[in-house]
Amino acid sequence: MYDGWKIIVGLIVCLAFFTFPFFYDAGKAAKAPEPVLTPKAKEAKECVAPGAYMKRYHMQLLEDWRNTAVRGGERYYDTGNPTWHLRVMDKIADATASAGERLYKSVERKVYYKSLQVTCMDCHSNKSKFCDQCHNYMGIAPYCWECHIEPEEKK
Amino acid sequence: MGIDRREFLKVAGLSALFGLGGRAAMDILAPGELEASAEIPPLKKGKQWAMVVDALKMDEAVMDKCIEACHHEHNVPDLGTPKEEIKWIWKEDYEHTFPDQENPYIAEEFEHKTFLLMCNHCTHPPCVRVCPTKATWQREDGIVMMDQHRCIGCRFCMAACPFGARSFNWGDPRRVLRVAELKELNRGFPWNHNYPTRSKGVVEKCTFCPERLAKGMLPACVEAANKVKKGSMIFGDLADPESEVREVLRKRYSIRRKPELGTEPKLFFAI
Repeated sequence: MYDGWKIIVGLIVCLAFFTFPFFYDAGKAAKAPEPVLTPKAKEAKECVAPGAYMKRYHMQLLEDWRNTAVRGGERYYDTGNPTWHLRVMDKIADATASAGERLYKSVERKVYYKSLQVTCMDCHSNKSKFCDQCHNYMGIAPYCWECHIEPEEKK
Repeated sequence: MGIDRREFLKVAGLSALFGLGGRAAMDILAPGELEASAEIPPLKKGKQWAMVVDALKMDEAVMDKCIEACHHEHNVPDLGTPKEEIKWIWKEDYEHTFPDQENPYIAEEFEHKTFLLMCNHCTHPPCVRVCPTKATWQREDGIVMMDQHRCIGCRFCMAACPFGARSFNWGDPRRVLRVAELKELNRGFPWNHNYPTRSKGVVEKCTFCPERLAKGMLPACVEAANKVKKGSMIFGDLADPESEVREVLRKRYSIRRKPELGTEPKLFFAI
């Protein structure tokens, strides 16, 4: 190999340059933020489904709410009749379905008005600490708030 | 080395077969799917919501109240220019409300009358036929509903609607919070914190307030109209012969917009 050492040094420099961001940030992973509960949410103790379940499946629940409320015209959700949970479990893969079954326990029977803006945000009125924190950490930007009005937060 | 003549003809023949297959395959596998759906959902038993505007009781002051009530209820901003106007409910003169009824010797009372217009919630809605995503569809109770989550902003429905009942969001409606001149026009926007706004690129229109009906309330405009002048607007079930709308329609002569088009509007004007 002609000029072998030049090539090897060049390769090492290139490799170091391109992998620099990984080494630079190694071991400094940002901690996943915990959603903050408002006093009102804490007092309620229970959401429309168990907390661990909501953490994992709230997006499916919201999608189901929007479809059944807007398209189906069923605007109330009865926790005693968790048909959405069965629909969700039908849709997702078996591996996570078993986890979902484990996490799902019935909550106190109550009827909720299906609305992100009116019902969810009534308790969780701290959008920046409850929604945005995690969504930013995960690098996802749901477009809910282009239309739905977020509650005003006290700075 | 390239392919020989024999090879080329084989490939060309095969691709011609598939090229033809595109349209033919659709016809065989999914007949009728290529055309805009012409099927109209059958009328179901149960409620069929309809509205009667009493054109004799209605006056401009009441209309203004209705428009304000609706647009504040649904966070419909005033964008200042007719080119970008968003309207769910609006006023129109006789000539443009009933263009097919135009005649030079019409009673003066009607010639200069203003009418309160909104989506007709047609029994055979042309907007629903053309919507490629079913973002607008007819509910079983006859309401022609909009699902903003699904609207892709193609505006076929606006072209299809013969009544101009639909508006397109050319920009973000929330710009009324940022642009100084628009701020003035929309003090307090968004007025209703329990109802969303819309986003850029979706079509919107009157929905007969299904979110209020679900709670047993009347549509916002009807409620506002009856507060000012009782009986100027009547809302109810067209399928029920005992309902108030049917009662009024039995007793009074009523007209609808552009009946010759066969869309069967469910918005009636008692004259």
